[in-house]
Amino acid sequence: MTRPLLDVRDLRVTFQIQSSGAMPWHKPKQLRAVGGVDFTLNPGETLGIVGESGCGKSTLARALIGLVPATGKAEWIDGKDLISLSPRQMMKYRSDIQMVFQDPLASLNPRMTVGQIIAEPLTTHHPNLKRAEVKERVKAMMEKVGLLPNQINRYPHEFSGGQCQRIGIARALIVEPKLIICDEPVSALDVSIQAQVINLLIRLQKELGLSLVFIAHDLSVVKHISDRVMVLYLGKVMEIASSDDLYAHPQHPYTQALLSAVPVPDPDYDPVASVVPLKGDLPSPLNPPSGCVFRTRCPRAEARCATEAPALSLGDHQVACHFPGPLTETEIARARRTEAA
Amino acid sequence: MIIEQSKMQSLAARMSKDEVKGRSPWADARKRFFRNKAAMAGLIILILVGLFAIFGNSFAVWSNEELDFNVMGQVTTMGMPSLENGHYFGTDDLGRDLYSRTVQGTQISLMVGIVGAAIAVIVGTLYGATAGYFGGRTDQLMMRAVDILMSIPYMFVLILLLVMFGRSMSMLFLGIGLISWLDMSRIVRGQTLSLKNREFIEAARATGVPGWKIIIRHIVPNLLGVVAVYATLLVPLMILTESFISFLGLGVQEPLTSWGALISEGAGTINYGTLWQLAFPLFFFCITLFGFFFVGDGLRDALDPKER
Ligand SMILES: Nc1ncnc2c1ncn2[C@@H]1O[C@H](COP(=O)(O)OP(=O)(O)O)[C@@H](O)[C@H]1O
Ligand SMILES: [Mg+2]
Repeated sequence: MTRPLLDVRDLRVTFQIQSSGAMPWHKPKQLRAVGGVDFTLNPGETLGIVGESGCGKSTLARALIGLVPATGKAEWIDGKDLISLSPRQMMKYRSDIQMVFQDPLASLNPRMTVGQIIAEPLTTHHPNLKRAEVKERVKAMMEKVGLLPNQINRYPHEFSGGQCQRIGIARALIVEPKLIICDEPVSALDVSIQAQVINLLIRLQKELGLSLVFIAHDLSVVKHISDRVMVLYLGKVMEIASSDDLYAHPQHPYTQALLSAVPVPDPDYDPVASVVPLKGDLPSPLNPPSGCVFRTRCPRAEARCATEAPALSLGDHQVACHFPGPLTETEIARARRTEAA
Repeated sequence: MIIEQSKMQSLAARMSKDEVKGRSPWADARKRFFRNKAAMAGLIILILVGLFAIFGNSFAVWSNEELDFNVMGQVTTMGMPSLENGHYFGTDDLGRDLYSRTVQGTQISLMVGIVGAAIAVIVGTLYGATAGYFGGRTDQLMMRAVDILMSIPYMFVLILLLVMFGRSMSMLFLGIGLISWLDMSRIVRGQTLSLKNREFIEAARATGVPGWKIIIRHIVPNLLGVVAVYATLLVPLMILTESFISFLGLGVQEPLTSWGALISEGAGTINYGTLWQLAFPLFFFCITLFGFFFVGDGLRDALDPKER
C-alpha cells in the first residue's frame, strides 16, 4: 500500500464573525465553514470536490495551503502535518502545492507582464536563478500550456479568459509542484473554453504525474476529470467514491438530488420528470442544523437524523448517512409534493 | 496535407517572431490623458510656471535683494511695471524688483508644495498600505494614531511651533510634512483593504511571497493611480497652507519670500495705487492652482475610465 500524498483528518475551519456595530467585548458568532472533513489523495490522482456555492470548498482549499487558520490534520507524503507547520516551515511546501483560481483575470496582477506573473513563484522559491534562465523557463512553460512565448511582455488585460486561465496554470506549474488545487478553474469561462482548459489540465497531469484537487459547483464538470469525487454540503463530507461508482450508484440523498439536476444529452430527457427538488434553502453556516446537516432538506429525514450526526462510512465508497441507498419512487414523489406546496 | 503544412509554417513563423511589446495599463492611461484638453492646458501652464521658476532669473535685470534707489520713496509713480528700467513687474514698496522677487517666491512655493506632497506620497502610501495589508490589531493601532494626529488643530500647532522655535524653512517643511500624509494614509488604507482580497494577492500569498514584497510589488503599483491623483491635488493644498501661514506673517523669512508673502505685501499696499504688487504674485498663484487641479482631474479620468 503506497502512502497517500495528502491525508486529511477532521479538518475544521471556523470563522469568528463580529457582527457590524458590535462592541469589542461582545462574543463573536462562529461561522463553521468547514466542519470536519476527511479524505485522502494518492499521488497522480485527481480528486473532484463538488458542492453548492458557499458550502466551504474554497475555504477547504485555502486551509490546506495555510491561508486560513484551521484545526485537524493534513499529513503530507513525508509525514509532516501541514496544518501545524509554522509559516517558515510551510514555505518549503508552498512550491509543492500550487493553486489555480476561479476568476482568471482577477487572479493576475494587472500591472505585471505575463512573464513577471508566471516567474513569481519561481523567483520566490529559487531567488538565485539567473534572469536569462528564469525567462527561458517561463517561455518553455508558456509553450507547454498553449501560449505563444513571444507574448511574454504582454499584460493580462490583453488576453481572453481562457488564455488568462492558461497563464494561471503556467504560474502554478513553473515550480514543478506535486499537487495543484484548482478552485473552480472553469466556472467563469464559456462552455466551449471550459473543455479546452479541462483537457489541458488532464494532459498536463498525465505528462507531469501531478495530483489534482479539482473544485467545481456542479457534478457534470467534475465527472470528466476526476478519479474520485467528494461531495460537500455545508462544510461536511456527504459522500466520497470513485467517479464511475458515484455517478452510477449514488448513495446519499443529496448526491442523488445533485445528479438528477445534471442535464443529460438525450432527446427523451425531461428535466421536470427527472429532477429531484431540494426543499428550502441552504441553511446558514452560522447556525447549522443539529445532527445531520442535510436533514432539513432531505426527503428521507427521520427523528434520528436530528439528534445524531452520521459518521463517514469506511471502504471505497464512503457515505455519511444513516439511511443510504437509492431514493424510492415514493420519496421522490414526496419531495416533488413538498416543493409544489 | 498541404494545408496542414502551411499552417504549421505560419505557426512556426509566429512563434519565432520577436517578443511582442505589451500595452501596459499606464500607456493606455497616458493616451487618454493626452487626449484631455483641459488637462493638457493645465500641464502646459504648469510647465511654463516651472520654467519661469527655473530660468526666470536669467532674464532679470535686478537681483531680488538690490534696492533701486531711483525708485525708493516714489514707488507709486516710478515703480510701475516697465521694460525700460528693467522692472518688468514693477517694484515693491522698498524698491526691490518684483520680477525677481516673484521668481524667488515661485521657487519657494513650488518647493513647499512638492516636498509636502512627496512626503505625503511616500510616508502616507507605505503607512496606509502596511496598515491595510496586515489588518487586525496592527491596523487598529496605526489608524488610531492617525485619528489622534488628525484631531489636533494642526494650523494652531503649526503656528505655535513657528512662534516658539522661530520661523525657518525647515520648521515649515517639518510642520507641513507632518500633517500632509494623514489623509493620504487613510485613502491608501481604504484602497488596500479592497485590494487585499483580490485573487492575485491571494495567489501571491499562496506561493509564499513575503508580506513586504506583496505590498511593494502587488499593492503599491495598483494604488499608484489614486496616489498620483491625490498627490497632484495635494500640491496646491500645500501651497495654499504655506501661503496662508506666510500671509499671516509667520511663513518664510526675509530675504526669502513666497507667493503668500508677496500677496500679503501686495494686499497691504493696495490703497496706495500699487496694484501690480498684488496682481503679479496673485496671477501666478492662481494659474498654478488651476493647473494642478486640471491635471489632477485629467489624471483621475485617465486612470479610471469607468468613472465617466
Ligand atoms: N474570510 C472569511 N470570513 C468569514 N467568513 C468566510 C470567509 N471566507 C468564507 N467565509 C464563509 O464561509 C462559507 C464558505 O465559503 P466558501 O469556502 O467561499 O464557499 P464555496 O467556495 O464553496 O462557495 C461561506 O458561508 C462564506 O460566507
Ligand atoms: Mg469558492
